Amino acid sequence: MALLDVRDLSVVFKRKGTRPFTAVDGVSFSVEPGQTVGLVGESGSGKSVTSLAIMGLLPKRGAEIGGSVTFSDTELLTLSDKQLRDRRGRDLGMVFQDPLSSLNPVITIGLQITEVLERHRGMTRKEARVEAAELLDRVGLPDPQRRIDEYPHQLSGGMRQRVLIAIALACRPKLLIADEPTTALDVTIQAQILSLLSELVSETDTALIMITHDLGVVAGLCDDVNVMYGGRIVERAQRHDLFERSRHPYTHGLLQSIPRLNAPRGEPLTPIRGSVSDNIEWEQGCAFAPRCPNATDVCWSEPPELKADDGRMLRCHNPVAIGDAVTEGAL
Amino acid sequence: MSILSTRKAEKIDSLAEGGTSLAMDALRRTFRSPVAILGLVIVGLFVILAIISPFIAPKDPYRPYPELKAELTPSNIPGPMPGFLLGSDQNGYDFFSRLLVGAQQTLFVGVFATLIGVAVGMIIGGLAGAFGGWVDSVLMRLTDIMLSIPSLLLAISIAALLPGSQWTVIIAVAMIGVPVFARLLRGAMIAQRSSDHVLAATALGVKRKTIVFRHMLPNSIGPVIVQATLTLATAIIDAAALSFLGLGDSDWRRAEWGLMLGNAQELLSVKPSLAFFPAIAIIIVALGFTLLGESMRESLDPKNRR
Ligand SMILES: Nc1ncnc2c1ncn2[C@@H]1O[C@H](COP(=O)(O)OP(=O)(O)OP(=O)(O)O)[C@@H](O)[C@H]1O
Ligand code: SF4
Ligand SMILES: [Mg+2]
Repeated sequence: MALLDVRDLSVVFKRKGTRPFTAVDGVSFSVEPGQTVGLVGESGSGKSVTSLAIMGLLPKRGAEIGGSVTFSDTELLTLSDKQLRDRRGRDLGMVFQDPLSSLNPVITIGLQITEVLERHRGMTRKEARVEAAELLDRVGLPDPQRRIDEYPHQLSGGMRQRVLIAIALACRPKLLIADEPTTALDVTIQAQILSLLSELVSETDTALIMITHDLGVVAGLCDDVNVMYGGRIVERAQRHDLFERSRHPYTHGLLQSIPRLNAPRGEPLTPIRGSVSDNIEWEQGCAFAPRCPNATDVCWSEPPELKADDGRMLRCHNPVAIGDAVTEGAL
Repeated sequence: MSILSTRKAEKIDSLAEGGTSLAMDALRRTFRSPVAILGLVIVGLFVILAIISPFIAPKDPYRPYPELKAELTPSNIPGPMPGFLLGSDQNGYDFFSRLLVGAQQTLFVGVFATLIGVAVGMIIGGLAGAFGGWVDSVLMRLTDIMLSIPSLLLAISIAALLPGSQWTVIIAVAMIGVPVFARLLRGAMIAQRSSDHVLAATALGVKRKTIVFRHMLPNSIGPVIVQATLTLATAIIDAAALSFLGLGDSDWRRAEWGLMLGNAQELLSVKPSLAFFPAIAIIIVALGFTLLGESMRESLDPKNRR
């Protein structure tokens, strides 16, 4: 029984005076307890919108949500605002991209942790403070007894993200969604935060949805990987299978655009040509067709379906041939 | 964010260490500018004067002195004499003492007019910003109506409807500020509602009430404080304008600069200093609050941070 089951999730933004915009289109995936699932894709592919939809954080007006999100047997999309508030932070936690702006600048970090502990774990302020210091210690914040009374702007970027992780894990949620948790950080700090995250989730058996545009992050962390393009999942595979050979031309392109240490000298990096703005509508054909090296006529006229193929799910008319798909050693 | 700019941020972080809250930080930044210091000095002296003036005034500002009365005629108001630094006013009172004590009454009117304006405005703006939807629409149409009336006209209408007393002036002037503070707080709260840290708090299941009072309101208050400082300046001027128009305090004896200025208007040819000194005092004090408010606004502006 999956912990989280997302079925056919779609999000359409409707605003007066503009065309409805489908940001997420029939996305399905599931997360088992304790599992780490990656959601990968370029900017604008709908990763954040997917996670906000799961958390029930999309604006009420202007966003039309379809499909279903089941979290340990409860349908989340039909919960009342109050019921959702009781679950958020306790059952489902979230870590956002920008650690500075995600913290309230006018209250101490201690208060931002104790507020959650008081809310969901019924602690008194005193008990919560003790627990908060322990949590800060556990996420590796130096000198937590002193730091607990500091304001967010007194911490460094990496420390802030540690604080956010401590807050998100304070109530031991069963599922944590991390939306690009390292993008705003220095590279050396990125690695520290990632290993902290993976250490904590495995320690507490928390399931993790890791949202990133960085396949390198996925390689080190995820069990299952979903690759999104233009609001749809285009390839889903186990990490090992995906990195052994990526069959979807988009995934393949992503992997080829990563610098490799063991690449033959002088071999040029091949970035994916064009940009998301070239996309065509999924209703019309394959959204990736204008940028795809494998595109044929059928791609422009017939939307590909997500189908099981080669031990994975693929949405493509002309997948990369197994022989060419080898990307072993890409990372 | 590029690696480079993150590095920079880390460095600045370590510099900021040892500071306390963000508000303290903003204050420190404010008082790096000489203009802010000038404003603070003016405001500070004014407030000190307002507090101690009853004790340092050489004469009783609320009774006529026979020495002055003796020389007082409709066409002659005595100038400086021994013991009476600025001579008499039109009623034989000591002008200098009245000018000093006037600081207290003027500050009283300005502060209460501003406080009431802030309080009422914040209730309206806070409700609109916290609830949104139809509450917001109704309250904002209300402030639109108030804003559509020229501010002095609004104050005049209210002052004309109420009996002439000091509180009438205070309430009339306060009403000018109400829609301004309401809009300001509402705008700031709406911006807060879609901010990252409010989203993050919502994602943690924090209660609505806590979100409004702990996460939205304290982060929206900065512009209100700045505006209140600026409003103190205009409140003092507006109160003077009401007095000048004869719509102010009916107690002609009260030593308040606006009232003194208003009552001196027919005597410009007899003794211009009766109008000149209160007017200059009002201008300097208004300037002080404006300089202070503007520098605070500048340092609170995120664009000017650091
Ligand atoms: N509130 C909204 N109203 C209208 N459109 C929106 C809204 N939020 C997101 N979108 C649009 O939905 C699309 C998907 O956005 P999303 O934030 O999910 O992308 P992403 O994959 O997270 O990208 P990034 O890597 O930049 O975070 C974007 O084109 C965006 O413009
Ligand atoms: S369906 Fe066609 S255009 Fe789309 S990814 Fe596959 S080959 Fe490329
Ligand atoms: Mg995103």
